[in-house]
Amino acid sequence: METLTGAHFVWMTIFKVVLFFTLLMLMVGGVVMFERKVAGFIQDRSGPNRVGPWGLLQTMADGIKFLLKEETYPDAAQAVFYLLAPVMAMVPATILFAVIPFASPLPTGWGLVHMIVADVPVGFLYVLAIGSFGVYGVVMAGWSSGSKYAFLGGMRGSAQMISYEVGLALTLVPIVLLGGGVRIPDLISLQQGFTGQGPATLGMWLFLPLGVSFLLFFITGLAETKRIPFDLPEAEAELIAGYHTEYSAMKFGMFFLGEYAHMLTTAALITVFFLGGWDIPFWHGDNIRVLADGTVIGDPTWWKTVLTFLSFTIKTSLLVTVFVWIRWTLPRFRYDQLMELGWKFVIVAATAYVFVVAGSVLVLDRLGVHFGLPYAAILTGVNVVLLGLLLFVVDRGRLARGAAYTVTRGLGRASRRSGTGPAAAGRS
Amino acid sequence: MTEFLFFLLSAAALLSAVFVVVSRKPVASVMFLIVTLFSLAGLFVLLEAHFLAAVQVIVYAGAIMVLFLFVVMLLNLGHVELPDFRSAMARLLAGAFGIALAAFTAWTLLNGSDPLTAYGASAADPIQSVLKARGAIGALAVPLFRTYLVPFEVTSLLLLVAIIGSVVLARKEAP
Repeated sequence: METLTGAHFVWMTIFKVVLFFTLLMLMVGGVVMFERKVAGFIQDRSGPNRVGPWGLLQTMADGIKFLLKEETYPDAAQAVFYLLAPVMAMVPATILFAVIPFASPLPTGWGLVHMIVADVPVGFLYVLAIGSFGVYGVVMAGWSSGSKYAFLGGMRGSAQMISYEVGLALTLVPIVLLGGGVRIPDLISLQQGFTGQGPATLGMWLFLPLGVSFLLFFITGLAETKRIPFDLPEAEAELIAGYHTEYSAMKFGMFFLGEYAHMLTTAALITVFFLGGWDIPFWHGDNIRVLADGTVIGDPTWWKTVLTFLSFTIKTSLLVTVFVWIRWTLPRFRYDQLMELGWKFVIVAATAYVFVVAGSVLVLDRLGVHFGLPYAAILTGVNVVLLGLLLFVVDRGRLARGAAYTVTRGLGRASRRSGTGPAAAGRS
Repeated sequence: MTEFLFFLLSAAALLSAVFVVVSRKPVASVMFLIVTLFSLAGLFVLLEAHFLAAVQVIVYAGAIMVLFLFVVMLLNLGHVELPDFRSAMARLLAGAFGIALAAFTAWTLLNGSDPLTAYGASAADPIQSVLKARGAIGALAVPLFRTYLVPFEVTSLLLLVAIIGSVVLARKEAP
């Protein structure tokens, strides 16, 4: 079966953009509701229960409120940037969804339709490029509001997001080492396992053979979404609402939607990179891939598309549940702890891990281990050892056991003494 | 379509580049520079240099410009409209060098050889053939890490020197 070409391709892409955007916004509404219900459960209260059956229409009521409330406009604000900031916060989070494959290709009368809006040749480099744009919304909001609290939030946000982006990018390098490419559909094929035609594949979800990457990507991804424990740019106990203090009505609503869209995107990215994307575990019927020259391997049908979409949705929802669970369980980091975790733990561990994976790949290739399940199994073993070392030797069990993380030396004290660094920045 | 996009992106790049220089607010300058860099990335995509476009956005628009913005805000330059502190001589020299650079570029474009044919890619569609054979990243990686490995590594040394230099300069107390 041929893939779509010409006018069919253009119309189908427009249709997919509209469909996926609508889907994303609906899911954002669902996640907001879900988060509030789970928060209620965790804090032993009912959560929203007034609007509609079981309070399920609360999100819609909130949406209407966003549209009807007064649009305030501070005198001290910088006109253009103040209005541009909410857009800059929301757009990157939504257009990231363009490169995420939702399901296996769907055969139609016009040709094979890929369940991905844009299959870009640079693959997840696009994710890094667009992801790095998310920080502008925060910085611009913080600076242009003309308020001290917003400004402090914007400064914190930019420092945090720059710091964690480095770690985020480094955790993806091992995937390139194993996959030999960056195209996102190829990554899913790599995790599904194929024999015969096309490049060899592993056939194991990457969270096992790249366990350390999975852990670090989860941490940095969470930091990029600016949710508790990484919500220092907002920190309502310290900064009122941080960078969006001065925003009301729909302008605030766009920050809000952007934040939840970002959370969904991060969950979807973790699914694609480490949990097999739309792959259904222990079943080879859904092993469908399209090679670079257009050859289709496997047998795409419409019900497989539905099933794989369900699989993708379930995995993403589980990750979203974990995000929500973390938010209502953990306290917020202190600023120096945040910087220590980013610069002294994540970046160092990710860099060292790149070397370890590169070395393992070299050794395994030299030994002539079959690139497939045996290869993945050996790498899994290496990763179990590494994770043990990381959590109980390097981290001294603090992350695993949740013991108090005390800072007695390093960034915190040095910066107070010399009058530079974050402590001084907070005073200026 | 491609031609329309080319002119659109070129116009955006050039106009915003002019605004970078003309604008009095430092933050506005930084924002216009981001628009310039993003338009350039778009032009790279039109030239099938997808990897270059991605790296342009990741490194320049995503990281370096955020740092610029960060510094501008940290020093709180944003709200002040700076008076022009450059002397007449500096302006004259800058203008002269600018015109000289533009003239040199124009001369090279008119008289120089086509860079692609100079490197022996005389096939009908050299870019497409390379892309098909090695992919968007391989097309750049193979020359970079084989033919031009030494210049590439020397450049990284240069960056290292710059980093060490800035650390030394920023350091206040004696080691």
